[in-house]
Amino acid sequence: MGFVHGLKCRECGREYPVDAIYVCEFCFGPLEVAYDYEGIKRILTRDRITSRPQNLWRYKELLPIDGEPTSGLNSGFTPLVRADKLARVIGVKELYIKDDTVTHPTLSFKDRVVAVALSKAREFGFDTVACASTGNLAHSVSAHGAAGGFKRFIFIPASLERSKIVASLVYGPNLIAVDGNYDDVNRLCSEIANKYRWAFVNINIRPFYAEGSKTQGYEILEQLGWKAPDAVVVPSASGSLLTKIWKSFKEFKQLGLIDELNTKVFSAQATGCSPIITAIKSGVDVIKPVKPDTIAKSLAIGNPADGYYATNVVRESGGFGEDVSDPEIVDAIRLLAGTEGIFAETAGGVTLASAIKLIKEGYIKEDDLTVLCITGNGLKTKEAIMGHTGEPYHISPNMKAFEETLKKINEK
Amino acid sequence: MAVKVKIPVPLQRLTQGKDEVEGDSGTIISLINNLEQKYPGLGERISEGGKLRRFVNVYVNEEDVRFLKNEETVVKDGDEVSIVPAIAGGN
Repeated sequence: MGFVHGLKCRECGREYPVDAIYVCEFCFGPLEVAYDYEGIKRILTRDRITSRPQNLWRYKELLPIDGEPTSGLNSGFTPLVRADKLARVIGVKELYIKDDTVTHPTLSFKDRVVAVALSKAREFGFDTVACASTGNLAHSVSAHGAAGGFKRFIFIPASLERSKIVASLVYGPNLIAVDGNYDDVNRLCSEIANKYRWAFVNINIRPFYAEGSKTQGYEILEQLGWKAPDAVVVPSASGSLLTKIWKSFKEFKQLGLIDELNTKVFSAQATGCSPIITAIKSGVDVIKPVKPDTIAKSLAIGNPADGYYATNVVRESGGFGEDVSDPEIVDAIRLLAGTEGIFAETAGGVTLASAIKLIKEGYIKEDDLTVLCITGNGLKTKEAIMGHTGEPYHISPNMKAFEETLKKINEK
Repeated sequence: MAVKVKIPVPLQRLTQGKDEVEGDSGTIISLINNLEQKYPGLGERISEGGKLRRFVNVYVNEEDVRFLKNEETVVKDGDEVSIVPAIAGGN
């Protein structure tokens, strides 16, 4: 194993040896992992991939670790669900849900990036892992870190939903609730990462961590039968997932694992935090930061690190983006659950609601084979839909009461 | 009392390893230009042609200068300026 030959600045191209660094000393551009694709091409075939266990490490040559993985050995390879009922409602012929609501072990796509980040942190010799999080990442670092025997420092905005706080605490990390929004937490963590030698998965481990998102893209291509969709709709917070899904598609094309790539990539954000969509719609690549105000807290990054690259991917691929209101998010969560039996967190509502708009507006055509990336489980954000789901029928414990109620239900 | 400027790790080589240096009051861009005098190379890493580089975020007393007046934001003695690589994060 080991097809990584270094880190490379995405802006100026300067190269660095593999280390826990993330930013170019010269231009501050992001460092990216550089692979030996020729070497990978010689050994990574469709047959080799399909012969391996169904987890994200089946693509390990395209992930930035040197030895064998040590974290997230059961993460990834989530279902790609053909969603015919939902397709009819929203007006496309062939629709799939990439269902990361069931990612092992913490029910969001963050288990992918953390699997890679913690495997790499172990290779670097760190004993403490840390992150700035809006919730899902906190859960994932808490859980994978517990299993891996790491000390854990998890920084969250103090305003996070109570259920998300509990779902981190259960794993026993040091949970630090910071007065402020995610961008405040992130800035603080950048300063802490300067001082303490910890593996901050989304700061100094970020070049490695972010590569884990590619596995969602690889799986989509493999599960579609080694072909790329016509359209993919991706929720955007930092913009990293969207750029990495595009990268995964391009890598599979380059390696000959798919024959053609004509996918249009679409970004989805909540209107209350839509700096990327604002840039896309106004045709610029300068991201103007915002102060988030939306129920989609997992997407509430007002100052998206990869926003610039995300807008470039959307433009390069011929896609577009849409933003949706909080009520549209709630309606979409209910629609997905009611048609396909998948309960997504608020980010999933953002993705579906944005897709509906993009279809109505003609950016996604009826004949486009479309994939929606649903990235987290609705049980994490129950607060968002409380009061919007209807109520149970209360009855006495006897047949008469039941049959009276049944009559009312049947008359509805 | 001067302006406190927090220096991120990638730039500490230019500040002899110091994670905090003193700057002058005035606009952010003049502060950066003055730091360039004391720590050659620092200014050009942060700004280019009088503008902050795309991948640099600057905060004054914890507020992103893009919510203030960008490069023209005025800082005074006792203020705290943080220079942070923009590429950190991801929820």
